[in-house]
Amino acid sequence: MLRDMTLGQYYPANSVIHRLDPRVKLAGTLVFIISLFAFRSAEAYVAATLALVAVIRISKVPPKFMMRGLKSIIMLLMITVVFNLFLIRGTVVVRIWKLTITKEGIETAVFMAIRLIYLIVGSSIMTLTTTPNNLTDGLEKALRPLNKIRVPVHDIAMMMSIALRFIPILMEETDKIMKAQMARGADFESGNLIQRAKNMVPLLVPLFISAFRRANDLAMAMEARGYRGGEGRTKMKPLVYAHRDRMAYLVMLAYLLVMFGANRIGFAARIFGLS
Amino acid sequence: MSIKIEHLNYVYSEGTAFEKHALRDVNLELPDGQFIGVIGHTGSGKSTLIQHLNGLLKGTSGAVYYNGRNIYEEGYNKKELRSKVGLVFQYPEYQLFEVDVFSDVCYGPKNLGLPADVTEARAREALRLVGLKEKHWKKSPFELSGGQKRRAAIAGILAMEPDVLVLDEPTAGLDPKGRDDILDQIQRLHDERHITVILVSHSMEDIARYVERIIVMNRGQVMFDDTPREVFDHYRELEQIGLAAPQVTYLMHDLAARGWQADVDATTVEEAAASILKCLGR
Repeated sequence: MLRDMTLGQYYPANSVIHRLDPRVKLAGTLVFIISLFAFRSAEAYVAATLALVAVIRISKVPPKFMMRGLKSIIMLLMITVVFNLFLIRGTVVVRIWKLTITKEGIETAVFMAIRLIYLIVGSSIMTLTTTPNNLTDGLEKALRPLNKIRVPVHDIAMMMSIALRFIPILMEETDKIMKAQMARGADFESGNLIQRAKNMVPLLVPLFISAFRRANDLAMAMEARGYRGGEGRTKMKPLVYAHRDRMAYLVMLAYLLVMFGANRIGFAARIFGLS
Repeated sequence: MSIKIEHLNYVYSEGTAFEKHALRDVNLELPDGQFIGVIGHTGSGKSTLIQHLNGLLKGTSGAVYYNGRNIYEEGYNKKELRSKVGLVFQYPEYQLFEVDVFSDVCYGPKNLGLPADVTEARAREALRLVGLKEKHWKKSPFELSGGQKRRAAIAGILAMEPDVLVLDEPTAGLDPKGRDDILDQIQRLHDERHITVILVSHSMEDIARYVERIIVMNRGQVMFDDTPREVFDHYRELEQIGLAAPQVTYLMHDLAARGWQADVDATTVEEAAASILKCLGR
């Protein structure tokens, strides 16, 4: 059932985006997110949309997968939209009893929704095209300068990659235990909130026990192979920037310039009353 | 009263890069009271197959009939089906969660909505059936040994009094004694209660010793479905799909090749021994 999750979020495909250095993808995601918050004009968002669509197309990941991440924020999205819709004051468009919907409210609600969706889709591109291990490798190398101020970068990266590594295993385990309890007549779907929480006990207890057992086993296996932390540790596949990575940085720079330009046009248009 | 599988197909993660055809056009009839063995290489679809028997997985296409009714019908009571077709997963001890063994065994019947006295009576009966001594009943499941935990977990399914008992590798990770004990108990259960037992196993010896019918799975398809003698006759083909016949099959074939009048169809050590003694004229 959850077999498709064994590799985490990663979606294997043969694309330039997949082959990029993880550091580039980290930087790209960061640039994209910053650009969403820094530029607010409609023109800038058109540019951001184009960039997003282009990257999705190049990545060869079916858009269906991109949208999957949105499922988890649907509640947040609804709340944001509803609050903005009803609580922002301005020119009243619709009035239902005591609630009013304003023109400004609609604008902000739509804008916030788009921003949130882009945020999630933008970061899914990174997780969908990069294996978790690659990602932590990238983080470790990108954050290495922090070692100088005594941040244990290697240890943090190791913890992260272990945590990521365990997500699919625990998902599989959850699936297995769930099925085993369902075979004993367990019901995880019906009942009220308290009832459902109670029904989770037969799932959570074995899951925790199994997590601890696995953690123990892993710790022992690491010790047995002489793991002593990051000191003097080398990589089998060190990260080295290739030509395409440098090109990607240029593309990012171009994107920022376009966004900046689009934003300016937006403001100019508004100032001169063109929009 | 039987299980009937018609043109069952199952595809994992259809339409994605992870797509995997786990079952291909499986047709089987599992009449009441049989002791059936299911063998197959890892990833042959045997675990996927048995999860269809109690409706945990729903076939991508095809149908499963339990006592003549299609379990994929709208409004079919899956919970009742699961109490009738008891499924013991691999390493079932990992599903134990209660404070003591007895309460854990009660979990299944309790979910069926049975009154407390019936639940407890069934739990006691089930624990006795798997041969777990009464002094262990009030212990935490985590204080038990591996074999005892396994028994407690199997009792958890038996307490629901299923008509069909499906066991996925019930002896994995047990020592030889624990293995024989559990299999003997399952055999006794089958003989006394006349329930259908479906045993998934890697061990050809276990299979040959207990079952009356073998289903061989390969790449999601049923490759052979016959008596142990007939199936192990195809031992060369079994080898090609990463399986093997019981050791005695090889021994008997070797002896026959050297001109002995050995019974090459012998599947258990006892049968082989009898045949060899006969050849020796004793």
